[in-house]
This record gives sequence, C-alpha cells and structure tokens, in this order.
Amino acid sequence: MPMLKTLLAGAAGLALTAGLAAAEPALIFDLGGKFDKSFNEAAHMGGERWKAETGGTYKELEMQSEAQREQALRRLAETGANPIVMTGFAFGDVLNQVAPDYPDTKFVIIDMVVEQPNVQSVVFTEEQGSYLAGIMAAMASESGTVGFIGGMDIPLIHKFECGYRQGFMATRPDGKVLVNYTGTTPAAWNDPVKGGELARAQMSQGADVIYAAAGGTGIGVLQTAADEGILSIGVDSNQNHLHPGQVLTSMVKKVDNAVFEAFTAGEAVEPGVRVMDLASEGVSVAVDENNKDLVTDEMQAAVDEATAKIVSGEIQVHDYMTDNTCPVS
Amino acid sequence: MDYATILQILDSAVRLMTPLLLACLAGLYSERAGVFDIGLEGKMLMAAFAAASVAAVTGSVWLGLIAGIAGSLILAAVHGLASITFRGNQLISGVAINFLASGLTVLLGQKIFGLGGRTPSLAGDARFGPVTLPLAETLRGVPVLGPFYAEVISGHTPLVYVALIAVPLTWWLLFRTRFGLRLRAVGENPASVDTAGVSVTRLRYAAVAIAGLLCGIAGAYLATGLSAGFVKEMTAGRGFIALAALIFAKWRPWPALGATFLFGLFEAIANRYPNIEIGPVTIPSMFMNALPYILTVIILAGFVGRAIPPRAGGEPYVKER
Repeated sequence: MPMLKTLLAGAAGLALTAGLAAAEPALIFDLGGKFDKSFNEAAHMGGERWKAETGGTYKELEMQSEAQREQALRRLAETGANPIVMTGFAFGDVLNQVAPDYPDTKFVIIDMVVEQPNVQSVVFTEEQGSYLAGIMAAMASESGTVGFIGGMDIPLIHKFECGYRQGFMATRPDGKVLVNYTGTTPAAWNDPVKGGELARAQMSQGADVIYAAAGGTGIGVLQTAADEGILSIGVDSNQNHLHPGQVLTSMVKKVDNAVFEAFTAGEAVEPGVRVMDLASEGVSVAVDENNKDLVTDEMQAAVDEATAKIVSGEIQVHDYMTDNTCPVS
Repeated sequence: MDYATILQILDSAVRLMTPLLLACLAGLYSERAGVFDIGLEGKMLMAAFAAASVAAVTGSVWLGLIAGIAGSLILAAVHGLASITFRGNQLISGVAINFLASGLTVLLGQKIFGLGGRTPSLAGDARFGPVTLPLAETLRGVPVLGPFYAEVISGHTPLVYVALIAVPLTWWLLFRTRFGLRLRAVGENPASVDTAGVSVTRLRYAAVAIAGLLCGIAGAYLATGLSAGFVKEMTAGRGFIALAALIFAKWRPWPALGATFLFGLFEAIANRYPNIEIGPVTIPSMFMNALPYILTVIILAGFVGRAIPPRAGGEPYVKER
C-alpha cells in the first residue's frame, strides 16, 4: 500500500517538524482535579506514561472554575500547544466555539462528541463496562439488593447507572437497584461525607454491593462500604487497591490509553469520533490481586460470556444518552 | 416506613447535624460579640485538612484534633486581626479566609503528600471510632426507647457528644456568666461596655477565638470522624448552611440545636428517599437540599417572627475621643 506509506511518511515528517517547532501537547483536567483517584487521574497517568516512554514534555492545566474553560483553551492554543487534550463532557460547548478559531491546532475531547474538522472526540461505552459490573454485583450480592451512587446528576452518569441496571437485571430479574445522586452542582464530585451517608442509607435498605460513579465522593462511598463490611465497585481508574478485598471490582475506562495515543499521534491525531468500547478494551472490569478472592469462577465465566456476546452484538446494551431513557427500572 | 427506618434516618441526621451545629455555635459566639463571620467554611476546611494531615503522619487522631483546632485558630486570628484590630470589613475578611483555605489546603496537601491535595486514607487510631454509651446493649430490649438509645444516642464518635455538650455550655456561658453578659453587650452596644471599663477588643478576640476552636472541632470531625481523610473542598458548603441555621435559630444556642438538627434531618431524608411521592406530586431530592436556604429566606423576610441580628454586628468599634 504505497498510499499508506506516503501518508505515514508524511505523518512522520510532520511529527519531526513538529518536534523542531517544539509543539508540546497539552492536557487539561476538569474540575474533579488531577488526583481524583478516578477519571482525571487516569488521564494524568496516560500523559505521564507518554512522558516516560518518549522523554517528551507536555503542558497541563487544572480547571478551578467553570469560567476558566474558554480562556484556558484559547491560551493553550495560542501558545502553540498541539494537540490539546481535555477531559470531560463539560468542555463540549466551549470547544465547539473555540475550535474553528484555531484550524491548525488539533483538539481531543474525552467523553463528549464535538463535530469540528480539527477535533477528535473520544467516547467510551461506559454502559458496556457498567453492564459487566452489574453482572458481578448481581452474583456477589446475597440480599438481592444493590446500590448505585452517582456524582453530579447528568446524562453521562445516568449512562453508567443504566448499563449497571441492565447487567444486574439480566442476571437477577427479581432483584432491586437503589439509586442516589449526590447533587446537581460540581461540588457533588468532592463530597466524601455525603457519599458515606448515601452508602449508609442504601445499606440500611439492604444493599450489599454499591457501585460509585462519583469522583472524589466515591472515596467516601468505598470507605464506608469497607467500614461496614459490604462490597463496593470503583470507577474510571482501577480502585481495587484502595480497600483490598473489599472492592469487588472497578469499571475501568482506559482514559490513559486515549491520552497516550493522542500524545503519540501528536499533530497527526485523526479528527472524528473514536469509540473506546469493550471490543477495543477501552472499558473493562478490573481483576487483580486485590480482588481475585472475591471474583468466583462462575462470576468470571459470566463476565467472559457477556463480554463475548456484547462484542459479537448478541447483547445490545442500551446507551442512556441516545434517548435519555433507560429500558429497565 | 417502620420504626427501624425512622431510627436509621434519625441516626444519620445526628451525624450530619454535628458539623453544622459546631459551626453554628462558632458563628453564634462571633456574631453575638459583633463580629460577622462568613469564614466558617474556610476555617472548617483548614481544620479538616490539618487534622487529616497530622493524623495521617502521626497515626494519632487526638494529635490530629489538636492540629485541626490550631489550623482553625490561625485563620480566626487573621479574621480577628483584620476586623477587630485593623477595623476592616468583616465580610470581606471572611470571604478572603474562605478563598485562602480553599487554595492553601490543596497547595500544602500536594506539597506534603503529592496526592493532589488529598491526604492518605486514615485507618485505625488515626480515625475517631464509635463510642458505645453505657448500658446501650442492656437497654436495647426496652421497647421503643431501648433501640432509640442504642441506635440514635449511642454509637457516635466522641466529637458528636462534644458538640451536644457545647449547647448547654454555650447557653450557660452566654446567659449565666459575667463573661457572657459582657460578650452579648459588646455585640449590642460596645460603647456601654467600654464606658464600664471593659476592653471591647479583648472580648471580641475571645469570641473569635472560641469560634475558631469550635470550627476546628467541626473540621476535624468531617475529616477524621465522618470520613477517613481530606478531599479538597470537602466541607461542600456546610459553613454556609450553618450560617443559615444561625439566622434560623435567631442567634440562640438551643434553637441552634433544633435548626441544625432539622437541616441534618432534611439531608438524611433526601439521602434515604431521593424522590418523595406525595399523591400525584413528586418532590425531588434537590428540593430537600434547597430547603434550609428557602426556610432561612422565609425567616429573614419576617414571616415567622423577626430575626434581628446583634445591633453592633459588622461594625468595627472605634473608641470615641
């Protein structure tokens, strides 16, 4: 394929000249903060991995308030950073306005689709990963009641909830899923005290496995679950190590891979929508030495079977964000 | 809804009430002495950070508590200096303290632990464990009151009881001692206190220091009692809800207990029942969370008796010449 070769050579040449022009990639973290032990931290890990493997450097910026978004994007674009990777759905609207002003800069947005010629949108099929988490919760639960605690009440988090419900109900149709959201403002991502209280409230209603998709609030949920001797499920990063033997699994989004690949591609990053799904291992349920005693052979078999079926298309996990409804309740 | 559920909700309400109650009493001392304090949030945040950091490093929750109180007292001293000695605007000083605490905790946390402003998770002696009050298990068999005693009254961390004891103590101190009389007078008419030969400055500093102490306990409770470590911005607006409770309670200690318990109860109910259905109407949890503010506005508007703040509140005292 000579055509491809030319393209590759072109890309390599571009990367080289980019290196000469010292176009550093940039990474912007959302309000959850770089070290949220979760979503943003995964992005940070990806950037650090790229730095360690290539010896390159990158710029980074942590959002402190909603008002900074546009300013941050424009500043980085004007200082010549390329590509600019940002984590979080909340950048969507701003990026849509800013991207056309910098046609030579490539932007990568994670968790949101922005249709611009110089933007790559990376989306994860959280519903598929959460479906697997739901299966595991259903099999680990003794009471038949499990819980879900979301952070801020937004469609993206409902997507996690809906996938989890579907997986749970497919395994235990007679069971029950309790759902709580921490709040409606970004403060809901950083309230471990409320997370702990919500976990206690769900536990008193019989929940014995709780899935937390709530950023820093989730730390409180996992802590309370461990204190009270029930199981929890982490999110985004692998959180199994936080309480070894008491976190059933973590629904991992390979945000680090998305960042790493964008940085590696440099300015040649391809615009368009990039779906990180179960088939491409963009989402998964983490099994490591911290939770291997909790994951029974039947559980692993059920997860493997469901994974195969989802990849082949035999099981269609509904995506909440397509129509803002969930088929199971 | 059965009795066990009610007990669980009340139990949760007591836990959620405690930081509000401590912060509310802190505001009460300060504002009764004529120093408005909207820096409760910042002082709690600083205390939560200091308590979690020292507890994480030393492994002792009591040393953590002392550090938390110290951290809060430092910010209280800044507030005192700005608004008493230099006669600055008390509200602006409070806002500055909130910003300072918000930034400083994350910065120091990152410098010390490298976890982006979080402290490591606390375990064992670095956290406050529950205290089982005497006879809790023996009395559990007593109908109605037994489970209430065992579930709601007993089994909290020590700081919850500290907060509860602080209520009658505050009432006694403010309304039954000479110090209290002078403190209240300083908030109403500082000139008269000055005429009597008592130092207005010293009394106001004392009040601000007591506020710092109470905020310190509240912050330590958040980080080492309710959760296991510090997370940035973990106070999540509780200092402001405490201020709302203070207005709701009309600057009196016993109603402060009632108001904060009510606000804790709202949150506990919202946690337990995200959507309350009353007939055809569904009340979303957002409404329950907003209720403390709505009630405060109603009180301020004067529908349910007037809330009159201390008369000299917010004004720096200038000696007449």
